[in-house]
Amino acid sequence: MADVPNIAPVLPEIFLALAAMSLLMLGVFQKATTPDGVMRASRLTSGLGVVTLVLALILVFTVSGAKLVAFDGLFLSDPFSSYVKILILLASAFSLILAQNWLERQGAHRFEFAILLIFATLGMMMMVSAGNLLSLYMGLELQSLSLYVLAAFHRDDTRSTEAGLKYFVLGALASGLLLYGSSLVYGFSGTTDFATIATTIAAQEHTPLGLIIGLVFVMAGLAFKVSAVPFHMWTPDVYEGAPTPVTAFFSVAPKIAALALFVRVMVGPFGALVAEWQQVVVLISILSMLLGAFAAIAQTNIKRMMAYSSIGHVGYALIGLAVGNEAGVMGVLVYLTIYVFMNVGTFACIMAMRRGDRNVENITELGGLGKTHPAMAAALAIFMFSMAGIPPLAGFIGKLYIFMAAIDAQLYTLAIVGVLSSVVSAYYYLRIIKVMYFDDPGIEPLESPLPTSIVGVLVVTSLATLLFILVPSPVIGWAGTAAASLF
Amino acid sequence: MIATLVFYMFAIFCIGSGVMVVTSRNPVHSVLFLILAFFNAGGLFVLAGAEFLAMLLVIVYVGAVAVLFMFVVMMLDVTVAEMKQGFLNYLPIGLLVVVIFIGEMLASASVWHMAPEAAANIQAKTPGVDVMSNTSALAELLYTRYVYLFQAAGLVLLVAMIGAIVLTHRKRKDSKKQVISRQLARDAKEAVVLKKVETGRGI
Repeated sequence: MADVPNIAPVLPEIFLALAAMSLLMLGVFQKATTPDGVMRASRLTSGLGVVTLVLALILVFTVSGAKLVAFDGLFLSDPFSSYVKILILLASAFSLILAQNWLERQGAHRFEFAILLIFATLGMMMMVSAGNLLSLYMGLELQSLSLYVLAAFHRDDTRSTEAGLKYFVLGALASGLLLYGSSLVYGFSGTTDFATIATTIAAQEHTPLGLIIGLVFVMAGLAFKVSAVPFHMWTPDVYEGAPTPVTAFFSVAPKIAALALFVRVMVGPFGALVAEWQQVVVLISILSMLLGAFAAIAQTNIKRMMAYSSIGHVGYALIGLAVGNEAGVMGVLVYLTIYVFMNVGTFACIMAMRRGDRNVENITELGGLGKTHPAMAAALAIFMFSMAGIPPLAGFIGKLYIFMAAIDAQLYTLAIVGVLSSVVSAYYYLRIIKVMYFDDPGIEPLESPLPTSIVGVLVVTSLATLLFILVPSPVIGWAGTAAASLF
Repeated sequence: MIATLVFYMFAIFCIGSGVMVVTSRNPVHSVLFLILAFFNAGGLFVLAGAEFLAMLLVIVYVGAVAVLFMFVVMMLDVTVAEMKQGFLNYLPIGLLVVVIFIGEMLASASVWHMAPEAAANIQAKTPGVDVMSNTSALAELLYTRYVYLFQAAGLVLLVAMIGAIVLTHRKRKDSKKQVISRQLARDAKEAVVLKKVETGRGI
C-alpha cells in the first residue's frame, strides 16, 4: 500500500482545477437559449473566473516560502515557483478582466473563454513547479492545448482561425522536439527526475555527445515556447490574428511560464552542463534582441509590432539565463515582473483603439490621441518610455539588473548588444509617442469614453510602472530570495 | 528459436504493412494496412512482455482509432491522384533529407553510451511476470506514484473536449429537433382542421 501523498504544496493547483471544472458545470447549465442568456453565462463565468484566480493567488502566498516536494519529486514548490506563479496569476487575472468587454463587443462572448484561460493558467503553474521531465511535459501540453483553442476562439474570423491552426501545427512540432530531447536524456540517465539527472550528469567525467544532442532538442522546444529567434516565426502571425485580449494574454503569462521553466530546466538538471548550454543561450539571446529591434521598425500594425517587441524582451530576459547564476536569475525575475505591468497596460490601450463599431490596429490611427484622449495617451506614453528603458520608469530598472548581471559575469558582448539593440528599439517605441502627440488626428477620433475595466487596468499598470522606482526593494528582495532557492 | 522466428515474422509484417500504408493507391487499403501494422506491433509488445500495451494497441488503436480513420477516409472522399501530384517533385529533396537525417542519427548513435548509474536510477522497475502481471504492475504505479500525471492527463483530455466543442459546435437553424413537451401539449383543436369540401372541386 502506498501512503497518501502530501498534497499541501499542490493546493493552489488543485483548487484551480476544481474551480475551473465547477465553472464549466455552471456555464453549461445556464440557460443559453437567448442572446441574453449567453451574455449572462459569459459574464458570470468571467467574473467568477477573476475571483478564482485571485483566490488561487492567495493560496500560492500561503504555501510560498519553503521548499516543498510532492508526489515523489514530480512537483516542486519553492520560493522561485511561488514568485513566478504569482506573476502568472496576476497576468491572467488582468487579461480576463480586459477580455470580457472586448469579446462582448465582437459578439464572441462565450463562457468557455474564462474556463480555457484558467486551464491554461493551471498548465503554466504546473510547468513552473515541474520537478520531472514528465510533469514538465504534462503542464506544457495543458497550457499549449488551451492556448491553441484560445487563439482560434473568435471562430467566425478567418485570421483568428488561421492563427490557431498555425500555432497548433508549429506548437505540436515543438512539443515533438522537446519529447525527443527528453527521451535522449532519459536514455542516457535512466531517469526523468530533475534531481537525479543532475547528480548523474555531475558524476560523469566526460560529457557524452548523446546527452548534448538531447539537451539541444529540449532547448529548441523550450525556445519555441518562449518565441526566441530562430524559433519565433509563428509569433507575429499568431499575435496579429488572435483576438486582442488573447494576444495580451499570450504576450505575458505563457512567456513568463516558459521562461521560468527554461531557467529551471537549465540550472536544475543541466546545471553541470552550463558551459554547453551557455553558448546556445547567448546566441539565441543576441539574435532575439537584434531581430526584435530591427524587424519591429517596419511594422504598421501595432499588434505585430508588439509581437516583435516581445521577441526582443525575451532576448533581454535570456541574458539573465545566459549568465546562469543567482544574480542572472534574479534579473530575469525582476525583468518579467516589470514586463507584466508594461505589457498588460499597452494591450489595454490597444483594446481601447476602436472607431465606430470596429477595432483599429494601425499605428497611424493613434494620431492626435494626445488631444482627444489625454489620459490614455499619457498612460501609453509611460508604457512606451518604460519599454524603451528611459531612466525614471520601471523598464529601466529591469534592464539595469539584467545588464549588471551580464557585466559581472564578464559577458560583455551580450551586454553591449543588449544596450545597442535597446537604442534601436527606442526608435519604434518613441515613434508611437510622436504619432500620439505631434500627428494630426484622423477624420474622427477614437471612441470614448473607455470601458471601466480598461480604465481600471490602465490606472493600476501605469501607476505601477511609474512609481516602481520609489519602492523597488520589496520586489527586488523577493526576487533575490526566489532566485537563491534555485541554487 | 521459435520466439526469434515469431519476432521476425511480426517485425517483417509490421514494416511491410507500414510501407504499404504510405504507398498504396487506395486510401481504404492504406487504413487496412494500418490495422495490420497495429496488430503486428501489438505482437511485438507481447514478445517484449508488455501484454497490457499490446492489448491497448489492439483495443484502442485497431478498435477505435483505425475505425475512425476509416470513417474519415470514406466521408472526405480523398482523391489519391490529387494527393500524389507533388509526390515525384518532392521525392529527390525528401530522399536527401532522409539520407542526411539517418546519417546524423547513426553518427550520434555510434558514440552513444548510457551513464553507468542509469540502471540504478530507473525509478519504476516492473517486477517479473512471475510476481505480478504486467497490467497490475502498471496500475499500481499509475494510480499511486504517478497519480499527479494521471490526473493531469485527464485535464488535458478535458481541455481537448472543451476545445472541440468551442471551435465546432453551433446551433443549426435548419435542424429539426423533437420537443416532447410541445408534442404532448397539442390537442385535437389546434392540430386538426375540418374542411367542407364541395363535390367536384377538391381542396
